[in-house]
Amino acid sequence: MTKKRTGVFVCHCGTNIAATVDVAKVAREMAGESTVAFTQEYVYMCSEPGQESVVQAIKDNKLDSVVVTCCSPNLHEKTFRDNAQRAGINNFTCEIANIREQCSWVHKDKAKGTEKAIKISRSVVRRVNRNQPMDAIAVNVTRRAMVIGGGIAGIQAALDIGNSGIEVILVEKQATIGGRMLQLSETFPTLDCAQCVMSPKMVEVKRHPKVKLMTYSEVQEVTGSVGNFRVKVLKKPTYVDPDKCKICDHCTVVCPVVVPNEYELNLNARRAIYIPYAQAIPASFTLDESACLGLNPVVCGKCKDVCEAGAINYDMRPETVVEDVGAIVVATGFDLYDQGNMPELGGGKIEDVLDGMQFERLCSASGATGGHVLRPSDHKEPKDVVFIQCVGSRDPAKHCAYCSKICCMYTAKHARLYKKHVPDGRAYVFYIDIRSGGKGYEEFVQRTMEDDDTLYLRGRVSKLYRHNGKIRVLGTDTLSGQNVEIDADMVVLALAMVPSKGTAEAAKVLKIGRDKDGFMAEAHPKLRPVESVTGGIYLAGAAQAPKDIPETVAQAGAAAAKVIALLSQATLSRSPLIAKVRRSHCTGCGMCVEACPFIAIRLESGKAVVNEALCEGCGSCSATCLRAAIDVKNVTQLQIYEMIEACLAV
Amino acid sequence: MSEQQAYEPKIVAFLCKWCSSAGSDLAGVSRIQYPANATPITVPCTGAISPMYIMSAFNKGADGVLVSGCHIGDCHYIEGNYLARRKMHLIMELIEFIGVEPNRFRMSWVSAAEGGKFAKVITDFVNDLQPLGPQDKLKKAEHS
Repeated sequence: MTKKRTGVFVCHCGTNIAATVDVAKVAREMAGESTVAFTQEYVYMCSEPGQESVVQAIKDNKLDSVVVTCCSPNLHEKTFRDNAQRAGINNFTCEIANIREQCSWVHKDKAKGTEKAIKISRSVVRRVNRNQPMDAIAVNVTRRAMVIGGGIAGIQAALDIGNSGIEVILVEKQATIGGRMLQLSETFPTLDCAQCVMSPKMVEVKRHPKVKLMTYSEVQEVTGSVGNFRVKVLKKPTYVDPDKCKICDHCTVVCPVVVPNEYELNLNARRAIYIPYAQAIPASFTLDESACLGLNPVVCGKCKDVCEAGAINYDMRPETVVEDVGAIVVATGFDLYDQGNMPELGGGKIEDVLDGMQFERLCSASGATGGHVLRPSDHKEPKDVVFIQCVGSRDPAKHCAYCSKICCMYTAKHARLYKKHVPDGRAYVFYIDIRSGGKGYEEFVQRTMEDDDTLYLRGRVSKLYRHNGKIRVLGTDTLSGQNVEIDADMVVLALAMVPSKGTAEAAKVLKIGRDKDGFMAEAHPKLRPVESVTGGIYLAGAAQAPKDIPETVAQAGAAAAKVIALLSQATLSRSPLIAKVRRSHCTGCGMCVEACPFIAIRLESGKAVVNEALCEGCGSCSATCLRAAIDVKNVTQLQIYEMIEACLAV
Repeated sequence: MSEQQAYEPKIVAFLCKWCSSAGSDLAGVSRIQYPANATPITVPCTGAISPMYIMSAFNKGADGVLVSGCHIGDCHYIEGNYLARRKMHLIMELIEFIGVEPNRFRMSWVSAAEGGKFAKVITDFVNDLQPLGPQDKLKKAEHS
């Protein structure tokens, strides 16, 4: 092998690297490497002049490979590989040495930081010496998309993708689409009715020729990669044919089973056969298998007997549907933090202590009380209502460390809705800070305080308990420095937003990461906020972080734009860094065939053969092969051994 | 080196690209400080780490070797970290059998969201290696 002519470009990153790493010394040390023909340092390598100087240096010095020692490859690997290509050399002979995130930012001692930066840089220089030029593999793209989650985020993303002419499948695990937004009464800061905004969108998505709706369905398995995913979806049986169901409601009248209604947050009850809301889509009843007496005409069969449309079919079975798609949008939404974690606030055991979603249903015209604010225990109008903000949020010691972002606004909205329903009632709000950033938001809160006479008390509540038929609220008003006692008829807790139940499993199935709070992790907090770390999988709505409706809709649109851009390409390029067999060394033992998680290796006439379309380049095969006969291209065993040596050289 | 100064162990840290390398990037972005003793080598997956890499690192003078990857069940390549765990368990037994302190080899699971944990893993490893001093059981006498 002829020796490479490598150029090493050391970035100062302003003072981000240069403050704790002696960049001049790193460049000098690299110049001493036998394969390095050129070194340069510059204050911002990724700036326009920086990039130009890299291109120029490659041309002027006839370099055939490049090492840029700078920030994480996640940020600028593509930038510099593109430059390498622009300068006329192969982009896979360009590698990044990460001396910022993995070095300068985490070590203050300049001597030690410099020594480590030199080791990292040297190891990458040695690796590049054996890098082979190669071309990306072109793969065809499946021009279809899938959106997981049928709330406002998923509906918006599906509509935007569908409107571009790309076929999209919208998967929702509940019996209706609509999600959390459909449960809301009015929305801030305009106080327009959530269902009035939502229903037309739900109808549009149902009727859209490019959108295929799959409700009461769950994603079970995702295989493949960007451009070509294969998704297994489980369609749970509803035991009612949505095409035949006339939503006449005769079945619920005869159904003898009564269970708590989860769509009304357990504020009322439903039958085993039910429709979540009057405006549910699909407009069809669902028979809850777990509540039904047995799906057996001998045991009950009353609903089937009264159904004139003949829509009920006890013989429906779960069905697994396989869909091929090129991109996926994850919009799995949020749940509220469990009240059980708050024993000092009743722990969910005091009847008239509600959470924010329950209060929405009390205010909603379609809700359990027909739009009258009545307390659940005795159905009387509450005259003193205490709203408590930041319940479970901003409490790193015991609960969630983060701010749930929307609670200040929806509490102000709740106070106003309450005053609208009960004009002579008194509303109290306990808060830590008011965070009302957003168009028209601060004005909304001010109006709540001034026009609606809501009493805002700056402080936390220490305890709630039943007292003489009321709920005694013990709190503090830190502005007057006094303890406050209120005997309330009803208490509403603005509980923290947490990732929806099942987010962890969904992340596992999709192989995308989650952040420290359990929300789906974005690829970059600032520059790639709607992409997951896995190519072709995008994020929308509260699955990624707490956010309000306008932000959710914006993010859904952004995710849809990413999907459309991806699927508009005829072919995608796939990383060529996949396994390669050295036939002369292969004994055909078959251990690599066993180790491969992708079934990409087979034995052919006694030698291992790699299926290039299936190989993902994980390297499990190379770590298993006893004779080093199989390697991942550009991450070969020889390269790793030389990197190890470079890391330990003094 | 003066008598009082603690020994500075040399560590090679094999990090998987998807979780632990991203986790160490997060430690950087969060500016969480930890000792500079460990030099990272990023590989596609812990499943790609041959036991020979670990022996090679000891052979070339490493005082400690770390393998860090995705949490079990979270592997980007489905099952690479299961394969790694099996192999690394054998490595642990092997080096103990040879007479090397088993504390010199460590495996950890650090996700892309665990910058703080990554810093702690390195800090703890350095603290545990310091009292052991230089590793010379497997080190080649005069390595060139």
